[in-house]
Amino acid sequence: MRVMVFAKTTEDSEKGAPPAPEAFAAMDRFTEELVKAGVFVAAAGLKNSAQAKRIVCEGPRRTVIDGPFAETRELVAGFSIWEVKDMDEAVAWAKRAPNVMPGKSEMEIRPFYEAADLAEFMTPEELSAPRDGERGKLGVA
Amino acid sequence: MTAGETHQAIEATFRIERARLIAGLARIVRSVDRAEELAQDALVVALSEWPRTGVPDNPGAWLMAVAKRRALDVYRRDRMRERKHQEIARTLEETRDGAAEAIEAALDDDLGDELLGLIFTACHPMLSPEARAALTLKVVGGLTTDEIARAFLSSEAAIAQRIVRAKKAIAKARLTFDVPRGAERAARLPSVLEVIYLIFNEGYAATAGDDLVRPALCLEARRLGRMLAGLMPEDAEVLGLLALMEIQASRQHARTGPEGAFIPLTEQDRARWDHLLIGRGLDALARAEALGGDGPYVLQAALAACHARARRAADTDWPRIAALYDRLRVVAPSPVVDLNRAIAHSMAFGPEAGLRLVDAIADAAVLRDYAPLPAARGDFLFRAGRVAEARAEFEAAATLTRNARERAFLLARADACDGMP
Repeated sequence: MRVMVFAKTTEDSEKGAPPAPEAFAAMDRFTEELVKAGVFVAAAGLKNSAQAKRIVCEGPRRTVIDGPFAETRELVAGFSIWEVKDMDEAVAWAKRAPNVMPGKSEMEIRPFYEAADLAEFMTPEELSAPRDGERGKLGVA
Repeated sequence: MTAGETHQAIEATFRIERARLIAGLARIVRSVDRAEELAQDALVVALSEWPRTGVPDNPGAWLMAVAKRRALDVYRRDRMRERKHQEIARTLEETRDGAAEAIEAALDDDLGDELLGLIFTACHPMLSPEARAALTLKVVGGLTTDEIARAFLSSEAAIAQRIVRAKKAIAKARLTFDVPRGAERAARLPSVLEVIYLIFNEGYAATAGDDLVRPALCLEARRLGRMLAGLMPEDAEVLGLLALMEIQASRQHARTGPEGAFIPLTEQDRARWDHLLIGRGLDALARAEALGGDGPYVLQAALAACHARARRAADTDWPRIAALYDRLRVVAPSPVVDLNRAIAHSMAFGPEAGLRLVDAIADAAVLRDYAPLPAARGDFLFRAGRVAEARAEFEAAATLTRNARERAFLLARADACDGMP
């Protein structure tokens, strides 16, 4: 199964201060471990919410809100995609991730919808009907 | 880490460490069997201690230290009957009382290598590919004998025996669990790659109704492939195999219809291809090609990539595919490659080109009862407007195939020849 692991922002990360070099090195070592275990799929870090924009949809209306945003614990600071056997394994790996921020920080692990899950939403006919391009895939990466 | 860890969480942690633990231990005690037992013993200790103490900061080093201590106890109890045991005990003594950091450092230095050594040992060419696959899944992949049996549609007893025999053969040959170097590594790598691809294909061949363990083999093989690519990032063929598996796996959910019917590549819904895996595959292929890779796996990955890059079947770069088959035919000659080459040439340069190539190989013994040969020939003839001849070929192919769906498909193509000018 694939999971996305979100690292949430902290007050420090929101200030835009880059992590210390040791923190980068620790992250690199951890990523290297994930790669060697065949678990790592992809990862990226995101700039702070001062550089973010939100688009609020309300019926036909679209409103753009500029960052920064206040709810620090809910914001995403970065993500990785891992391929693991189950959630237990994902948790075991996540616990090993270095805590690169001073103070408390949070991670969140969310499993992907995989093709087997789609059966709940789509009929076999829909699943088999050929479509053009890459539209609408119900979030299956 | 906090105390109060559940058994489930501890077992998940153990699973992460298991292969490296066995690899490190096997090299010291020179036995896969003993290494597996010692690792299991270490798990038992962890299960009794970690709920109270919490998971240590470096669980791998902790488990290794416990296992080594245990090994030492066992060998002492045996009163070092043999010289071999004395040597092993000495190795253990040397590492036992070192500070935790020393163990940790040793682990950091050697673990990659030890794991690689275990993979190379489990995939030793003296073992049959099936034995290599079973042993690799057991000791490196951490699958149970029952899971392996279900995955290979075999009985647990048969797989258990296969593994026991493989371990005995390894012990008898006195393998050292070292990573082969230089020319020996080059000579032994193909048997490693072959096993990983065999595991992948076993999973890829699974159908919708099969036990879930079977499709999970694809994931296991890709994990092994990624592991190997992480450990040997300078080897083009390792990256080529990884690229090939990632790209093929990207089509896993697009290649069967609702009734389990096989959907050929050109007719698949490309929206259902997994673009994340395609991206990873193309990336691994680019690295392999940058290293000058031109071996069979790199070429097959390059072929798969041609399809992966085409957003519509009509966009497929057939001349490039034809050129890659020309090259693959030299590197890894086989009648099946020749047949696929003929098909590629027919797509790139027209049905006559395909016919010329297919007629040149039609006498190959292996292809005599091979349904895809008349099926391809029928397709070329059909496209060349020689429908009567095409019909005969499709019918011949339908007689040869043992797959009911394929037969129905071929007979439908034969029928479609009627009423054509």
